Amino acid sequence: MVAEKARVLNLVQAINEALDLALAGDERVLVFGEDVGRLGGVFRVTEGLQAKYGEGRVFDTPLAESGILGLAIGLAMGGMQPVAEIQFAGFLYPALDQILSHLGRWRHRSRGRVGLPVVVRAPYGGGVHTPEQHADSPEALLAHAPGVKVVIPSSPERAKGLLLAAIEDEDPVFFLEAIKLYRGARAAVPEGYYTLPLGKARILREGKAATLIGYGGMVEVMLEAAEVAAKEGVEVMVVDLETLVPLDEDTLLGAVKETGRAIVVYEAMRTGGFGAEIAARIAEGAIDHLQAPVVRVAGYDAPYPPFSAIEHHYRPNARRVLAALRRVLTY
Amino acid sequence: MKPKVVQYLDRGELPLKEGEALALYRAMRRARFFDEKALTLQRQGRLGVYAPFMGQEAAQVGVALALGERDWVVPSYRESALLLARGLPIHVLILYWRAHPAGWRFPEEVRAVNPYIPIATQIPQAVGLALAGRYRGEDWVVATSIGDGGTSEGDFHEGLNFAAVFDAPVLFLVQNNGYAISVPRSRQMRVDFIARRAEGYGIPGVVVDGNDAVAVYLEARKAVERARKGEGPTLLEALTYRLAPHTTSDDPSRYRTREEEEAWRSKDPILRLRKALEAAGLWDGDAEEVLLRELEEEFARELALADQAPEPSPEMIVEHVYKEMGPDQKRAWEALRQGKHVEELW
Repeated sequence: MVAEKARVLNLVQAINEALDLALAGDERVLVFGEDVGRLGGVFRVTEGLQAKYGEGRVFDTPLAESGILGLAIGLAMGGMQPVAEIQFAGFLYPALDQILSHLGRWRHRSRGRVGLPVVVRAPYGGGVHTPEQHADSPEALLAHAPGVKVVIPSSPERAKGLLLAAIEDEDPVFFLEAIKLYRGARAAVPEGYYTLPLGKARILREGKAATLIGYGGMVEVMLEAAEVAAKEGVEVMVVDLETLVPLDEDTLLGAVKETGRAIVVYEAMRTGGFGAEIAARIAEGAIDHLQAPVVRVAGYDAPYPPFSAIEHHYRPNARRVLAALRRVLTY
Repeated sequence: MKPKVVQYLDRGELPLKEGEALALYRAMRRARFFDEKALTLQRQGRLGVYAPFMGQEAAQVGVALALGERDWVVPSYRESALLLARGLPIHVLILYWRAHPAGWRFPEEVRAVNPYIPIATQIPQAVGLALAGRYRGEDWVVATSIGDGGTSEGDFHEGLNFAAVFDAPVLFLVQNNGYAISVPRSRQMRVDFIARRAEGYGIPGVVVDGNDAVAVYLEARKAVERARKGEGPTLLEALTYRLAPHTTSDDPSRYRTREEEEAWRSKDPILRLRKALEAAGLWDGDAEEVLLRELEEEFARELALADQAPEPSPEMIVEHVYKEMGPDQKRAWEALRQGKHVEELW
């Protein structure tokens, strides 16, 4: 269901619009976190929402992430639909006990009695010279928590529909928003309420030479690399996973089988990152079709560097993706 | 200023209606009966690891009976007495401690959630549940419970602070039984009373003799009334003692003396209330005998019900992970349902 009219919005505006529609459409929806009220969020994602819906439904919490997650869980237990914001994904760590021990376990441990329709939004990733700890990409940590879903949109129009779907979803959903895209990505976004399905990967570009697989802030990097490769006559397929959990393995494996070469791109630290899971699934499900090793282009095995002059060497870029492409094509 | 420890029993006071006093006693005696049976079942291999509450009945039952029907309890793992007094059927509780899935879905009409195993994570969740009531225009109060050791956790602090800031209708019960497994209170904190910490959150803190059911009940009732009127949370510290081990896997002789245990045994909350009831002419040996016979019959009935629960089947492992199974759960479910594993279906 996609509305007719569209305007060009950035990611911040698109998410703001989704929150606005969710608040308007369902009085159980509550938006809260640190600085989301009066300030409208440090990235202004919640701008204007408190003025429109009041301090009861859009509110600031004390500065305590575990408290925010615990509050969200309890509100959901009591029948509300919380949409919590964690100011940066790298600030989720104090809340890991709530996430790993409870958020995705309540439905299971109560044998279906207590489902938690919680959405946790958090900006993640690098590329804009944020201070230390502000550029982390902890999606693998979250994907490793039982019973939660993980969604990472790559553009404003996808973000709006996916966020509304996440809010409608009856299970906990982490919704990670690439900081680099907040004001960097602009696209025509349909007006009005629409949802996009969770758990579906998308093929953004067809090609026979190799398959690039990624999500969120890495999608524009993959598309840029694909563009450069195309100029040299190499057409690559680009897959945007969008939902990490539940993973759309059918689309993933289908896309890899078509080319026989897979490059997984993610900006988190390489070891144990979600790209390792993708590579493992490809190895399990498509190894007979592979013409080359599955290659990961990822952050280095080091903390995301707080040193602005060199941080761009950490985060994967088109140059690194193209180097990986040369490797799998010449294997 | 040192807080006053609220106490009524052993002073010849029984400021309760006859029905209230008897209800407290019956519920405590019933809980103790369950606890003893559970320990026996565990030794017979008919229950899993069990966390007894023996000695803490007054603290738990006193709070449970102070709540209204629409109120919620958010318990930790040592709160079987609280759950029983809130109406959780005995056979469900047996199945819970048997780690049988049929005991993990509490009936809809029981306003209690499953006990928490991690320490203090229930505290901020109780606050959320309490606020949900306010949003929905319902005036439910939430009672949540933790031990003295649990108050060292960050979530205890975050939860109490959230509750204070939002005026959440929560009763925080701290059962201070002197030990976190083996670690004594003196190694958890420098303050003499945990309730003193309430001041740091800007909420009332009350200390009660936790083995005095009357004191717990009356103070809990005040806290619940305050909460329901929109006056915010209360921290209620009940000074008590765990007469049994931490769990059936624990050996308390390694960390506490027999003399200490005996001293607390003489302050058994059930004996103390019974003495007061007898002095008031409300209870006697005959009444006790009748009650025990009823409890024996009830337990036998409930145990039989629990024993009838069908063996859980392996595919239950991947059920209720999500509202709708994802492809990974579905694949596993298909295999497990056939008595196989996913690796065997490749």
